[in-house]
Amino acid sequence: MEPVLTKNMHPGRGPLNLREYEQAGGYAALRKAIEIGPEATLQLVLDADLRGRGGAGYPAGKKWAALPPYEQSPTPRLIFVNADEMEPGTYKDRFLMEGDPHQLIEGTILAAFACRAALGWIFVRAEYVDPLRILDTALAEAGAAGYLGQNILGSGWDFELHLHSSAGRYMCGEALALLNAMEGSRAIPRSKPPYAANVGAWGLPSIVNNVETFCCVPHIVRNGPEWFKGLGVAKDAGPKIYGISGRVVRPGSYELPIGTTLRELLEVAGGMLPGYEFRAALPGGASSMFMDARELDVPMDFESLKAINVYFGTGSVTVVDDHTCLVGMTHNLQQFFARESCGWCTPCREGLPWLVEILSRFERGIAVREDISLLEELTYQIHDRTFCTLALGAVVSIESGLAKFREEYERHIELGACPYQAGAAR
Amino acid sequence: MLTVEEKADIDREVAESYTRHAACIPALRAVQRHRGWISRETLESVAAYLGMTPAELENIATFYSLIFRHPVGRTVIAVCDSLVCWSLGSESLLQYLEHKLGLRAGETTADKAFTLLRIACLGDCDHAPCLMVNDVQVRNVNEAVLDRILAGEFSPERP
Repeated sequence: MEPVLTKNMHPGRGPLNLREYEQAGGYAALRKAIEIGPEATLQLVLDADLRGRGGAGYPAGKKWAALPPYEQSPTPRLIFVNADEMEPGTYKDRFLMEGDPHQLIEGTILAAFACRAALGWIFVRAEYVDPLRILDTALAEAGAAGYLGQNILGSGWDFELHLHSSAGRYMCGEALALLNAMEGSRAIPRSKPPYAANVGAWGLPSIVNNVETFCCVPHIVRNGPEWFKGLGVAKDAGPKIYGISGRVVRPGSYELPIGTTLRELLEVAGGMLPGYEFRAALPGGASSMFMDARELDVPMDFESLKAINVYFGTGSVTVVDDHTCLVGMTHNLQQFFARESCGWCTPCREGLPWLVEILSRFERGIAVREDISLLEELTYQIHDRTFCTLALGAVVSIESGLAKFREEYERHIELGACPYQAGAAR
Repeated sequence: MLTVEEKADIDREVAESYTRHAACIPALRAVQRHRGWISRETLESVAAYLGMTPAELENIATFYSLIFRHPVGRTVIAVCDSLVCWSLGSESLLQYLEHKLGLRAGETTADKAFTLLRIACLGDCDHAPCLMVNDVQVRNVNEAVLDRILAGEFSPERP
């Protein structure tokens, strides 16, 4: 596949400035959109089957089309770029913001145009110092060139885009919690409905999408939905920034057709480091299920993975090698989720610390048989019983670990120790 | 009392926000850049300037992990302890720092030189393990890199 999202990225040099981005065809999609109008622009995104790249995979066009009729709803309409990237194992949004900031800005302007939004924010986590600096420069360039502000390119349409950096907390990446954080409140979830398209930040119709989702939009507008759909090799459409981390030869971000298999991605990354073997992988960050070696040839897209009961998530793969304890890794995951829980829902606030405690018994070698059934019971009690999906994301690694690697839990009990710490790894 | 410069920084954040209240999180961080941390007096001043009650602002200040409600050291080392960094040795790096600094993660040295924190995934997993020294991201960390950080390389000190 010819690079799409990464076509302007060249190793060893910084991102393109505005002039260079324009020379590479940048902002041509915006001119086209203004020519065809907001409805036709939205239709292109709907027809392209662009699924949100933040993890849940909801079709972006459908989300935008769910906005209430413009004349009968409050204004201004708002658009938010979710750049609060904190899903463990995920760094694709950093890669896109540092690599080609104008691609994100143009995509956001296009989305705002299709949604008839007047105001927008790019919500970047505070720790992303470099993306913040790069976007700040690019936004100033775009404003000075008339791509932002009043009467954009003579269209009569006004759109302001701001940069917002928060102050930590994974919860800010949850779409409705992000709106609470934007309002200057605690990042806690909201009940749905109403959805953000109807009642978002400050009660105004609001759209929240992930960085990578917006980055796809200029290419859809420029090249058309059929072209975009043709890029996927399995059930979903478009290119995808896959990531791969852990003990592989070349960890990193790779743009590949959506639907690439784990085996192919491993090959692109040069395979496992010498002396290490593949055992398992989390395909889309901490909030996804473990895949095992039997699933190496399943296309990694939302639909294909759903068919084997695995969340595609962010498409940022973390590889578990044969020297790494899967139970220990799961314990680490639960520590993350317990710490980042906002405390709003009881099963999450109270349940996750107990999962940490039980898993630590395995790691310390004092777990007993009943601890496995206790894990099963507790994950059942937490699964899908909270306002947002933080707790769901937490328990699926335990559920899938127990389904596919149960013997590893049992081995901890039999040995009375972690087999990896004890140097008894198989 | 906020200084003229601090008020100007807050005003810049308010200009980027939809309401005055909505600027409170970046406003706390802006003032923290001057003072190192947010004391009770600072919190009250910021709240008054934004037209909020201290309780409303405290609700925010205690929720967000990068707003410090206790004094921190001039150099804050935040070690990623999530998934990929964990599997590539972040716990032993944390232990090394705890040993060298004579503290536990979450604490500050007596001379206020260093604070050691755990932090959630820093989004640099292809260069794991990684950490932040104040505002500087450091990749592919090992003990030799930690020694250089402790010797004062990598980052200007905080106030």
